[in-house]
Amino acid sequence: MTQVLDKPVELRTPVSPAERTARRKALLEWIGVHSLGVAAALFFTLPFVFVFLTSLMSDTQALSRDLIPHTWEWGNYQKVFDTPGFLTWWKNTLIYAGLGTVLTVVSSIPVAYALAKFRFPGRNLSLMLVISMMMLPPQVIIIPMYLFWAKQLGLSGTLWPLIIPMAFGDAFSIFLLRQFLMTIPNEYLDAARVDGCGDLRTLLKVVLPMARPGIAAVALFQFFYAWNDYFGPQIYASENPGAWTLSYGLESFKGAHHTDWNLTMAATLLVMAPVILVFFFAQKAFVEGVTLTGVKG
Amino acid sequence: MSTITLASKRRRAALRTLAFMSPWLIGFAVFFAYPLISTVYFSFMHYDGFRPPSWSGTKNWTYVFNDYPYFWPALRNTLWLVLVMVSLRVVFGLGVGMLITKIRTGTGVFRTLFYLPYLAPPVAATMAFAFLLNPGTGPVNAILDKIGIPAPGWFNDPTWSKPALTLLALWGVGDLMVIFMAALLDVPREQYEAAELDGASAWQRFRYVTLPNISPIVMFAVVTGVIQTMQYYTQPLIAGKVASGVIQGAGTQFEPGYPEKSTLTLPQLVYNLGFQRFDYGSACVVALVLFALSMVFTAFLMRRRGGLNLAGD
Repeated sequence: MTQVLDKPVELRTPVSPAERTARRKALLEWIGVHSLGVAAALFFTLPFVFVFLTSLMSDTQALSRDLIPHTWEWGNYQKVFDTPGFLTWWKNTLIYAGLGTVLTVVSSIPVAYALAKFRFPGRNLSLMLVISMMMLPPQVIIIPMYLFWAKQLGLSGTLWPLIIPMAFGDAFSIFLLRQFLMTIPNEYLDAARVDGCGDLRTLLKVVLPMARPGIAAVALFQFFYAWNDYFGPQIYASENPGAWTLSYGLESFKGAHHTDWNLTMAATLLVMAPVILVFFFAQKAFVEGVTLTGVKG
Repeated sequence: MSTITLASKRRRAALRTLAFMSPWLIGFAVFFAYPLISTVYFSFMHYDGFRPPSWSGTKNWTYVFNDYPYFWPALRNTLWLVLVMVSLRVVFGLGVGMLITKIRTGTGVFRTLFYLPYLAPPVAATMAFAFLLNPGTGPVNAILDKIGIPAPGWFNDPTWSKPALTLLALWGVGDLMVIFMAALLDVPREQYEAAELDGASAWQRFRYVTLPNISPIVMFAVVTGVIQTMQYYTQPLIAGKVASGVIQGAGTQFEPGYPEKSTLTLPQLVYNLGFQRFDYGSACVVALVLFALSMVFTAFLMRRRGGLNLAGD
């Protein structure tokens, strides 16, 4: 402080014209960038806002062009939960997403580890096949798969044809985990080996703790995949409403409440909400996963 | 101990690899190789799921290419989506990514808000947009009418249904935003400083510094976008179903592509042929076309240098 007081002149030194234009330019840029930011934010958030507002309207108002509810009908959400089947869809979705995620992670880790750290003939070929499987549209093999599960094993009307394959490694998860495991320096593995660890113990005690962020990202992606899946339940579960998931049931909800946009939008938000909540709790792992998918390796 | 020879060591290493790889090896055989070969087989068979399959030569193939009314519209729609939706998504994703790297105040909040729509489950997001863009009661057209802009029919109008789907795809651009953001932050600062010293304009800095540095990522975004478009299923299907208003409940018969085949995509044809018309053979023909297209672009992605980091350690 004293230093400043000793040199009052310097404080009053007028800003040079060049610097002033530079400052004005920076301010204008700040305003421009942030106005664009607000405009973009409106584009991304207004759909949620309109859906939320409509979900609170009365039945008749939801059919009008009003944007704001006259009366706030919080009971709409109760009505959605009271819809026959809605809670069953929740339960089924949690089973599909939860069990599927656990199976995927457990079965994909050893494969990803082998592809990342073992040297063996056919490794690159295996990796290319993993990527091909990852890029394969599920519709390509659906006819034989459906005949296999439905006609040979009699499992149509259940979610098992979707859950069981997850016990045999998921291509996307294997690829993502492999990308992550590549970043673990070999020195750690060598050190474990010198200490007398076998491969399985090295994987469990050394690699897994270091790979936690990658595993979290894979688990999240797989959970979201099952949560969002429409085609799978459509093929295998459509004949049995007791096996429907939220993503699949939501559409029939619209069918049953043909003109009740308010209830449909409340149900829509209830399907979105868990995914968004999970994201807020695991934001870091998720963004890390997205960048891992192909950009960094 | 001395009995452990090199050969037995090798055998142990091979067994170890086999053990670790086994979940995927089984998965590959049962859920990839077998059904793929089977799909090729069924594409030459007549099979309706009730009578045993019988050989039909290339009948399914000529039916799909010459007589099936949905095939060429679906392929045309896919081409439209690749040209318009994919490129707009890449341009918009890059724009939003650049914007977020420039925002200094409240960066975290902006980033989260921009990213959230990407997470919305496809069925839910499509239902939301079917409501928002509903020509009669939707808020978007209500606002357009108020401003005096002629409001389009969106999902109910064959010329506007694909632009409406594009709007939905742009809303969920969060994945590309994150990827571009990471790439933009990796561009060396010195290059911008040098360009600025040389008096380069903002456009020139973008054209000669930013773009060359991030071009591999742009390529990656384009190719994965094309592959995703081949698989584009849930959004056009739900949009068509909701807009057509004929649904009485999931699972009822629905002629896909409403309005006027404008939202047909190849995956929908597999469902239509296999599970609505019970023509498994022709469904497998479309499946193989879909397979061939996907693999061409996947091969392209794998050949690209540095892209998927296949080089090993």
